Amino acid sequence: MNSIFGDRKTIFILLAPALVLYTLLKVVPVGWSLGLSFFEGNSLRGFEWVGLQNFATFFTDPNALQSMWVSVFFAIVATIGQVALGYGLALLYVFVLRKGSTLVRTFVFFPTVLPTVAVALLFRSFVAVGDNQGPVNDIINFFGGQSVEVLASTVGTMTTAIVMTLWSSMGFYAVLLYAGLLDIPEEVIESARLDGANGLKLVRHIVVPLSLPILLSSIIFSLNATLKVFDSLLALNGGGPGTSTAPMTLYMYRTAFEYAEYGYGSTIAVLLTALCLVFTLAIFRSSRRKAEA
Amino acid sequence: MNTRSNRRRTAALGIALAAVLPLAACAGGGTADPGASEGGAGAGGTDPETFTVMTANENPVLEEQLTALSEGACKAENEALPLEHQKVAQADTVQKVTLLASQGALPTHTIAGTALIRPDGDLNAAGLVGDLKAALEGSDAWDNVLPAAASTVEQVYGGMYSMPYQYNVEGIFYNKEIFADNGIEEPQTWDDLLDASATLQDAGITPMTEAGASGWPLTRILGMYIFRNVGPEAMAAVRDGDAKLTEPEYVAGAQALADYAEAGYFGEGFSTRDGDTSSNMFLTGQAAMTYDGSWLLSAINDPERNQIGGENVGFMPFPEVDGGKGSIDQYAANAGAPMIINAKQFGPKVVDWVSCIAENYGQQALQDAGVISGFKVNGDVTDISENTAEIQERIAGIDQTVLWFEALMDSKSNSLASTNATLLTTGQMSAEEYMNQLQASIDANG
Repeated sequence: MNSIFGDRKTIFILLAPALVLYTLLKVVPVGWSLGLSFFEGNSLRGFEWVGLQNFATFFTDPNALQSMWVSVFFAIVATIGQVALGYGLALLYVFVLRKGSTLVRTFVFFPTVLPTVAVALLFRSFVAVGDNQGPVNDIINFFGGQSVEVLASTVGTMTTAIVMTLWSSMGFYAVLLYAGLLDIPEEVIESARLDGANGLKLVRHIVVPLSLPILLSSIIFSLNATLKVFDSLLALNGGGPGTSTAPMTLYMYRTAFEYAEYGYGSTIAVLLTALCLVFTLAIFRSSRRKAEA
Repeated sequence: MNTRSNRRRTAALGIALAAVLPLAACAGGGTADPGASEGGAGAGGTDPETFTVMTANENPVLEEQLTALSEGACKAENEALPLEHQKVAQADTVQKVTLLASQGALPTHTIAGTALIRPDGDLNAAGLVGDLKAALEGSDAWDNVLPAAASTVEQVYGGMYSMPYQYNVEGIFYNKEIFADNGIEEPQTWDDLLDASATLQDAGITPMTEAGASGWPLTRILGMYIFRNVGPEAMAAVRDGDAKLTEPEYVAGAQALADYAEAGYFGEGFSTRDGDTSSNMFLTGQAAMTYDGSWLLSAINDPERNQIGGENVGFMPFPEVDGGKGSIDQYAANAGAPMIINAKQFGPKVVDWVSCIAENYGQQALQDAGVISGFKVNGDVTDISENTAEIQERIAGIDQTVLWFEALMDSKSNSLASTNATLLTTGQMSAEEYMNQLQASIDANG
């Protein structure tokens, strides 16, 4: 076996099919998109070389900057919420519910399997006002308050979007982190307990440091997923009111496919990829610094 | 170390070049046909194998009616050039048409985006948009296109580039019973409309329902106010750079809409109300008025949806603005989604098909689907509802039409006008700011 994996030719032959597929489906489109970002036009009008102009336009385009801000804000808030709630649930499964956590885990995980568009429509009807008023406004009316048109405001739409994202994804992060917590040896926890570490102290000094790798993976995973949010914000309120909750992905889609500006659309895609890379590297760096400290 | 970093740099440069070079080869590849960039091309193309028609999923009526024609009045044309259908989601039209056109696979007769088919649009510049007037004028077929519909198509697209499968007029549908119960006459001026709305609100009835979620039903009101205030050429003047949306008489339109919404006349939850909900509010008597187009007739004529009864539905033009230059007789009109003929395939058999459609579609669509089109109705049509007949009569009596607010804008500004309407009507954006942003977009993209 060792001799097989020691043979470079064998490794290449075994990897080649997957590598070719990956290159064709991932690397080539990314390279193509990068190339397109230096051009202006579309497949019908033809492409005209504009160099770095699309990039310069992006940083002076108020709509683009606003969409970047929406993406970053959404990613940071949703990631903090997802990972914190997921971690809290994982701790609950391991230290409180223990073997009885199966049912709770299933219930909390369930929204993860629902399509995001369906979830968005569900939350849209929760906060609806008027003839088909949703339960949120029913409760407000019950306590004597006036109905609120939640999706008419930026704050209301963004809050609904974040609550919706947390509800539908915290179960996934809880299971991911739960698997990480299970890897912590029982003896280490026991000995810490014998040394007098209990409750928050135990979590802070023993559990968190030992589950740091999976925690960092979750943060990176979550940031990359939420930076690319598209369907849920589109289905919830079309990026509205106005374009105040339109993320970069939605702006990219509209630019490329509604306004047929493939070059500028690709530029937005490239910058979104760069943004994901920056966030990922920043997390890696901070974790390395922590490890070195 | 240096060698390694040099190697890395070379590799990175190689990858970048590999990405860019194939595209550089494409640069300018889509150059328009010489001579075709001045506008649409007339007949003179080569007949295809089939008469392929691409329509929107959202408009099943057009597909049904063309199929009915192929089996009836246009049977001979269909035998010479068989009809085939393709579908597209309306929201994907620009993307799909652009892609098909660039691959030389544009259907013979297809839906398209407004900006694409104007003389400076990508499709037209590539010589792919057939000029219907040039192809049909001089033959009997051209006489079957209603002059008012042809004029509307020419105003919006800059030429006769679209088959007028619909001819819609817009105005305010109102509930006659509610008006009578509250002692309200048809408002003749904007101030009358405000008074009527206040009376209705006091009576616990939503004065006017609009589908705020779509944006455009709100901007229609803003636009009509401007047409009544500034005159029928108001938006053409903005397009031509002779006027700015930031001028006080234009801002007044945005302010009027914002004030109307602030007074609560659109009812609770209007900014997230969709089209069906809004129509149902009117057709179930919860709202007294709705500004809409004659396409609402299909719902009005449907007894399951219309619970107030056709006899209780009235239709009036958008009222005048005191001291304004526009007239109450100038209705807003449109000719439906653009449906072009691919100029490259505009051969004799396609001309025969188009002529047959022009001759027979008016009667076929009105009889079978209650659709008022921009084609002459040749022959008898029986069992038309009174509401449809009334609108038809009004259309026949219209001397001058106006377009809608965004009709002459580029696609980005068009989208901005609709999306920002929610901010304007919920008090999150002032009328001045709304118009400033829109004018800036027109200046940048127009």
